[in-house]
Amino acid sequence: MYAIIDCNSFYASCERAFDPKLINKPLAILSNNDGCVISRNKEAKALGIPMGAPLFKYKEIITQKNIQIRSSNYSLYGDMSERVMKLLENFSPEVEVYSIDEAFIKLPESEDYQQVGLDIKNYIFQCTGIPVSVGIAPTKALSKAANNIVKKFPDKTNGSYAIDTEAKRIKLLKWLPINDIWGIGKGNKVRLQNKGAQTAYEFTQLTDDWVKRNMSIVGLRLKKDLEGEPTILFEDEVQNKKVIATTRSFEFTFSDKQNIKERIATFAARCAEKLRMQTSSCNVVMVYLKSDRNKKNELQHRANRILTLPYATNSTLTINEFAQKALDDIYKPGIKYKRAGVILTGLVQTDALQLDLFKNENPKHKQLMATMDTLNQKYGGRKIKMASQDLQRTWKMRQAYLSPEYTTKFSDIIVLNCRTI
Amino acid sequence: MKKQKNDNLLTFYKSIHGNVALEYVSEGISAGFPSPADDFKNERINLSEELINDPNTTYYARVNGESMIGAGLDDNDLLVIDKSIPPKDGKIAVCCVDGEFTVKRLKITDECVYLMPANDNYKPIKVTKDKQLVIWGIVTYVIKKV
Repeated sequence: MYAIIDCNSFYASCERAFDPKLINKPLAILSNNDGCVISRNKEAKALGIPMGAPLFKYKEIITQKNIQIRSSNYSLYGDMSERVMKLLENFSPEVEVYSIDEAFIKLPESEDYQQVGLDIKNYIFQCTGIPVSVGIAPTKALSKAANNIVKKFPDKTNGSYAIDTEAKRIKLLKWLPINDIWGIGKGNKVRLQNKGAQTAYEFTQLTDDWVKRNMSIVGLRLKKDLEGEPTILFEDEVQNKKVIATTRSFEFTFSDKQNIKERIATFAARCAEKLRMQTSSCNVVMVYLKSDRNKKNELQHRANRILTLPYATNSTLTINEFAQKALDDIYKPGIKYKRAGVILTGLVQTDALQLDLFKNENPKHKQLMATMDTLNQKYGGRKIKMASQDLQRTWKMRQAYLSPEYTTKFSDIIVLNCRTI
Repeated sequence: MKKQKNDNLLTFYKSIHGNVALEYVSEGISAGFPSPADDFKNERINLSEELINDPNTTYYARVNGESMIGAGLDDNDLLVIDKSIPPKDGKIAVCCVDGEFTVKRLKITDECVYLMPANDNYKPIKVTKDKQLVIWGIVTYVIKKV
């Protein structure tokens, strides 16, 4: 069985875990530079603070209703996330970190999965103060859907819901609207609705053939997963791929080249890491950039550039060097970019590499990469990175409402009042 | 090792590890006299290993004030807290009472919970229904500057 563990209002919960004044109070967390709301607890949600609410527009309500606000404290959130993920290893050796506040785990056999879910929830809350929701099911897509049930009915489920019978699976799929299926994009949603499917159940009633033709192999995998046949596997179980890609839509749009360069460096590093995980090397690096095509009144630019490498490599440094060259070729100033990606192809097994007489990867990179991978695995959170990744982004931020770094800085640890009580 | 063929002169073994590929040593190999101490090397004493049972459930806090002086918790002492330990009668615990962090000894009776100071100038706190109490973590070590 698979379980997904999802931290409830993660950033707000981290703040609350170290500041008892915030218990039962509405709280909203602001984005980098304190621009807008990126996380809020249910009390703040109930007072009408939407996600993405710009601070300046809501300042009045915030003061009126006495809503607490905090700048993003990524040192705290990062550390708390790492704790949650590490603690999950007490329940299963197989943990796949899905995002800063979500992880899939593979559960060992149990008589009572509902109870396992409750045990996980209680243990994580006791050890970190972070409330979580647990969805348990035979496949990843179903566990995500089970988690939707927990989020919708927190009191009834008490924080955990297990799909452990066929009847429960059918009931879940009949309840789940197409919109809320994990990983259904806009295009597929429209296709399914045109076909008359409103719920996940109706989606699974379509023929494999139709799904494959209209929604590609990815859609078919999702259908199988919803049918209870584990098809979407853990990242490291997936067989060696022929293409490796890291592509993302940004939370906000970027025009500044420095920001885009950093994103490309991070994507290149992630790709190179995946490459080394399957002991492959690549011969080709492709980079693309896209503006937001939904914003019709803005200048549009979509471009990609493919570079062939002089030799096959899996070194983060070399792949990034070429990714940055490709970026230089396609970057146009004055465009608001919404999406970017790095794609590696021409993959070969590293141990079957032909050595070239003149052009080969610097042998020092091999050791460096091995050390980097070992350290990152040991300490988690990709602590060893290239200088071009991240870093200065957090330096010059506006953080007027920043809380202390309770767990990562000695001068910031909590203080216990033994003076008046 | 699995014996494959045996005669009087030579014995052949097949590696059970399959093909062993030798690394290409890019830095070269230095061949000096090895340090005789290498065989006796041990890790240095690490205070964290001694004081921390699980780094993922361990937190730190600073004492401000003297209400726990009788239990050896002085003003400005550093506390090591393990949140994974369940609260029990007699343990020293970091608690949140009405929106504030404090540290007290737990006295758990059948009727209710008391937070006991260790200083005659302070009164025990009886935790009643109108009081909001969270037992945040159990204190495992006190570190003080001499």
